[in-house]
Amino acid sequence: MWPLKYNYLNMKKLLILGSGTGGTIMANKMRKKLPSDKWNITIIDKEKDHFYQPGFLFIPFGYYTRKNIVKPGQKFLPKGVEVIYSEVDRIEADKNKVLLTNGDSCNYDVLIIATGARICPDDTPGLKGELWHKNVFDFYSIEGAEALADFFKTWEGGDLVIDIADNPIKCPVAPLEFAFYADEFFTKKGMRSRVNITYVTPMSDAFTKPKASKAFGSLLEKKNIKLVTDFFLGEVDNANKKILDFGGRELPFDCLVSVPLHSGDPVISKSGLGDEFGFVKADNNTLQSVLYKNIFVIGDASNLPASKAGSVAHFQADILEENIINYLTDKPLSESFDGHSNCFIETGYGKGILIDFNYDTEPLPGLYPLPVVGPLSLLKETRLNHYGKLAFKWVYWNILLPGRKLPVTNYMSMKGKKTD
Amino acid sequence: MAQKTYAGVTVDVNEEGYFINPSQWTKEIAVEIAKEEGITLTEQHFAIMEFLRNKVQKGEPLSIRSINHSGVIDVKTFYQLFPGAPLKKATKIAGVPKPASCI
Repeated sequence: MWPLKYNYLNMKKLLILGSGTGGTIMANKMRKKLPSDKWNITIIDKEKDHFYQPGFLFIPFGYYTRKNIVKPGQKFLPKGVEVIYSEVDRIEADKNKVLLTNGDSCNYDVLIIATGARICPDDTPGLKGELWHKNVFDFYSIEGAEALADFFKTWEGGDLVIDIADNPIKCPVAPLEFAFYADEFFTKKGMRSRVNITYVTPMSDAFTKPKASKAFGSLLEKKNIKLVTDFFLGEVDNANKKILDFGGRELPFDCLVSVPLHSGDPVISKSGLGDEFGFVKADNNTLQSVLYKNIFVIGDASNLPASKAGSVAHFQADILEENIINYLTDKPLSESFDGHSNCFIETGYGKGILIDFNYDTEPLPGLYPLPVVGPLSLLKETRLNHYGKLAFKWVYWNILLPGRKLPVTNYMSMKGKKTD
Repeated sequence: MAQKTYAGVTVDVNEEGYFINPSQWTKEIAVEIAKEEGITLTEQHFAIMEFLRNKVQKGEPLSIRSINHSGVIDVKTFYQLFPGAPLKKATKIAGVPKPASCI
């Protein structure tokens, strides 16, 4: 199947930056696809630990601890993939070369960027101030989630403010899940009457799309969680324990749970491959860099207008595998990534909601993955969806990361969905 | 699809009054929409609206954060120019679709 031009004696190199969800899936997939006598595959990451990021949400409430969500990353990489633990200094795309901070360099024929997205609390004045991890927390890092768990153990109540600084953020439903869990947690502790929960969002509604917004908006109301909209976090006033938006609107807090601004890996901007926030500029449908044909991107690292969530990386992976082969065999790239995303949303008290959507179709009610039999209900609170979320951790380690098939389509299917 | 008439020109808008076709926009039209919003446009308003229109034309998503990278004004000034919900007001007056937040 390989055209003559790749039948050289010298090995070709596929280089993957980042061994998170997207990078690990691609290492597994491409090792099966590319003949090991012709292709060397190398993956670079500075972290040895692989965190199950959806698990961060459970830590502040004591449902999980660190040991429940971390495993050695190498365990999930196949034989025949070389791993380098180092920080990347920059990508010299003109020379097909990646420079490491330890002074080494790596050449590549094809590069997959899977460097993810990160929180940038430093980008908002006062957020990482004197109250950071004392009264101001994040739960998008293990350190933040653990600090918050400690804080909640002895907190006696007050104003709990959950704030999204601005989009895009990873797992856009996580802050909502946090609010729902907080309601349950403080109710069960017998102190809900002493905790005022406020959900603060830059959006004009509880969520981005109309039907889901309505569903989540009424859940917030039912759970007595106040909703503040159109609030873009400008500053945290540590002395007076207040958050301010850029227009000067103020909200007091005793405990601030912040979802800080997100950016791509600094390497992306440094290498001239990203947008103003350091997300790799890539084609929305093919996942190829818009600047270099032999550079591809998967997951949160891209500037695609899709959710920054593990399910998206999973749906992208088959298409990316196909497109790398298309590129190597001079075939046109498949434009089949449709922005498909799918996520379980914990709503508290043993229930959950499932949503399934893409670039063009908002989350709709119905059944998933099949009409009539489901078995999962879309945009509706059920116990089964909650068990789906819990079971997903097993699916993540055992099916998703090894790059195995799940019994659902990569593209978003309208089967089972109700459109009014 | 609804239509509205500004400065003697009929344009296509959505149910919230946002332009569907940015090419129907002119500066004269902007002045009239701004009046509806209680805003008198200055050069600074037009400069930031041009930045927003360029981004939309390139298919890039709009966000409050991106204003700090505009090279025109910072976010605080943006709030002063379009008080309340600046991105919503500015896009409406700049004749581009309402920014859709992707999830």
